[in-house]
Amino acid sequence: MKLTRKDVLGLTDFTVDEITLVLDTAASLREISTRSIKKVPTLRGNTVINLFYEPSTRTRTSFEIAAKRLSADAINISTSTSSVVKGETLIDTAKTLESMNPDIIVIRHACAGAPHILARLLKQSIINAGDGAHEHPTQALLDMFTIREKKGRIKGLSVTLIGDIAHSRVARSNIAGLLKMGARITVCGPAMLIPRGISTLGVKVETDMHRAIKGADVVMMLRMQFERQQRMVFPSIREYAGLYCLNEDNIRLAEKDVLVMHPGPINRGIEISPGIADGPHSSILEQVSNGVAVRMALLYLLTGGRQ
Amino acid sequence: MKLLLTGGRIIDPSQNLDDIADILIENGKISKIEHTISPSVVKGKGAITYNLTGKMIVPGLIDIHTHLREPGFEYKETIRSGAEAAVAGGFTAVACMANTEPVNDNRSVTEFILKEASRAGYARIYPIAALSKNLDGKVLTEFADLKNAGAVGISDDGMPVTDSGLMRSALEYAHSLKIPVISHCEDKGLAQGGVMNEGFVSTELGLSGSPDIAEEIMIVRDIILARFTGTSVHIAHVSTEGSVDAIRTAKSSGIRVTAETAPHYFTLTEEKLRSFSTSLKVYPPLRTHRDLKAIKKGLADGTIDAIASDHAPHSSIEKDVEFDYAATGLIGLETSLGLSLALVEEHTLTMTQLVEKMSVNPARILGIPGGSLRKAFPADVTIIDPEALWTVDTRHFRSKSRNCPFDGMTLRGRACMTIVGGEVKYCTDS
Repeated sequence: MKLTRKDVLGLTDFTVDEITLVLDTAASLREISTRSIKKVPTLRGNTVINLFYEPSTRTRTSFEIAAKRLSADAINISTSTSSVVKGETLIDTAKTLESMNPDIIVIRHACAGAPHILARLLKQSIINAGDGAHEHPTQALLDMFTIREKKGRIKGLSVTLIGDIAHSRVARSNIAGLLKMGARITVCGPAMLIPRGISTLGVKVETDMHRAIKGADVVMMLRMQFERQQRMVFPSIREYAGLYCLNEDNIRLAEKDVLVMHPGPINRGIEISPGIADGPHSSILEQVSNGVAVRMALLYLLTGGRQ
Repeated sequence: MKLLLTGGRIIDPSQNLDDIADILIENGKISKIEHTISPSVVKGKGAITYNLTGKMIVPGLIDIHTHLREPGFEYKETIRSGAEAAVAGGFTAVACMANTEPVNDNRSVTEFILKEASRAGYARIYPIAALSKNLDGKVLTEFADLKNAGAVGISDDGMPVTDSGLMRSALEYAHSLKIPVISHCEDKGLAQGGVMNEGFVSTELGLSGSPDIAEEIMIVRDIILARFTGTSVHIAHVSTEGSVDAIRTAKSSGIRVTAETAPHYFTLTEEKLRSFSTSLKVYPPLRTHRDLKAIKKGLADGTIDAIASDHAPHSSIEKDVEFDYAATGLIGLETSLGLSLALVEEHTLTMTQLVEKMSVNPARILGIPGGSLRKAFPADVTIIDPEALWTVDTRHFRSKSRNCPFDGMTLRGRACMTIVGGEVKYCTDS
C-alpha cells in the first residue's frame, strides 16, 4: 500500500489504513537510527524545507534528522532570520521557496490553516508541523506509535489528556487519530480551557483530575500554553499546579502499568512532577526518538509515491 | 426627459400594488402609473420606452449598511466605485458607515462624502455619522451639526459602544433630534478577539471563537436602554437565533427596536470555514444552521425589518494572508439582491416582503426619501429580471475589491436596470 495523498495537514482526514501504514513504515525505519552509520540513500536528491514560523527545538530537529538519515537535503528556515522580518507574506515566501523546486515543505505556524494555504497553492507536498491550536499530526502519529510499541495495541485503551485542551493542537490531532484507532479518550483541564462542543467529537470531559486519571492506561500531559491565551484565564500557575500536576500521589489512581506521555517541552512542577517525568512510567524521551522514525516514514511515503 | 416602462409587474408595498402596469417617469419623478399608457405620450425629444414584459418593477432598493472606505482607504473602495457597484446590484441608494480615515465624526467629512457622491453620480449616498469621536466610545459627536450636514444616522459600526451610559445618552439625544442610532452589538470581553463563531467547528479547527451571546447580550442591553429611555434603536447585522428571539420579544412588548440582517447570514454557515477561506471572515461571524433558520423565520415574521449587505471591501493585501491575520468583512452590493431573491424562490418571503426589507423599511428606518413609486416621488426604480440565471464572477465586479465568498455561485434573478432620479444608471445589455 502507498500513501497517495499529496499533503499531511491533519489526522482529521486520515483513514485507519493510512495511520497504520505510517506506523508500520516507521517501525521498519526505526532501526536505521540505531546503526553506527545512520544513513540510507533512499531520498538522495530530494530536498526538504523546514519553514518554521514558531520557535521549535524538537520538531524542527526531528524533521531535519529524519530527512538527513534518508539522505535528503534539509534546509531550515526560521522566520526570525528570513525575509519575513522584512514584511514578506506567507504566500510570497511560499512561492519563492517553490521556485527553488524542493520536494517537501514542512511548515509550523502560529495560525490555524496556514499549511492549508500552502497545500492549495503549491505543487509540493506540505507537512503540517503544527498550525496554531489546530493540528499537529506528526506529534499524534509518534504518540500513537509509542503507545502501540509500549502497549502492543491502541484499540480499547483508556487514554486521558490533561491540561490546556483549548489551545492544544496536540490534543486535537491525538483525539482525531486515537478515536479512529479505537481508543477511549477522556480530556481533562480547567473548565475554561475545555473548548465548547468537544464532547461531540466522542470524548469524555472531566474537570476533576483524579476522576480523569482513574483506570487510565495512558496519561498524556499537556503544557499550559500561556502564550496562546488572549489573557490569563487561570488565576495562577500555583493554583494550576495544585489541581492539575501529575505527581507520585495521584498517579496511583491510574492503571499500575500506566504510560505517561508529554509532547514537550515540559514544565517541571507545573503539569508534571520531576519524579514522574523521569520515572519508570514516563515515555517522554522515547516519544522524541520515535518522532524521528515517524517523520522518516512520512518523508519516505510522500516522496515514495512519486518514485 | 421621459421614460416609459411598459408591461412590467409593479410591486410597491407602499401603495399595496402588485400588478402589471405601465409607469411614466417625467422630470426625474414618477408621473403616472396606469394599466396602459399610450406610447404617444412620450413622443418627442429624449423620450425612451422600455418594454419590461416578464420583469419586476420595484421601488429603488436601499442598502442601509455599507462601507465605502473613502476617505482613507481608496485602494479598497471609493465612493465612486461603491456607488457604481450599488447600481449594478440594483441599489438606488446606500448608507455608508463612518469608519473611514479620518472617521466621519465631523461635518467636513460628511460634506466630503456627499460631494464625492454627487460627483460620482450613480446611487444616492447617505452618510452615517460616528456616534463617538474617532469611534473611541468616549465622547459623543455633534449629532445636530452632522445631521444638518447631511448625515442620516448615527453609528460606531465596526466598534461596539461598550459604555452603556454613553449609549443611553446617544439614544436620548438622537431621539430628540429625530435621527436613528444603529448599533453594532458585540461584547468585546466575551468575543475575546474570536475569528469565527464559537462552537464545535471552532473547536475542531482550533480557531478562536466568538460566542453567539457576545452579540445577544449587547442586543438585550440596547433593548433595555430603548425601553428605559422610550427611544428607538436599530440593530445592525443580526446573526443569531437568540438575537432574533430577543428582538421579537421586545417588539411584541412595544419597544421601538428595528433590525437588519445580511444575506450571508441566511445563505452560509460556519461549516464553510473548514476551507479556511478568508473571504468568509466576517463580523458577526457565520453561525450555525440553527441560527440560519432562525434568521429566515425572523425575516418571514417581520422581526427583522431589513436586509443590508454590510458591504465591507478589503484588498488582497488584507485578505490573502493567514486566517487569523485577515481583515474582517465581505462585499455584498452586487450579490445581495440575487441571494435575497432565493428567499422568494424558496417561499420564505413573498416578493412584496422582499421589497419591504430592501426598500420600504430601509427608507423608513433612516427617514430618507424613497421606498415608494407613488406619483410625484423621485423616480428611484429597480427593474428585476427574476428568471436571469447568472454566475457570480468577481472579475466583473464594479467594486474595487474581490473579497466575496459567493464567487462562482449560480443565482437566479438580478437587477437588469437601475434608475435613479429618472436617469438610467445601470442597464444590462438585454
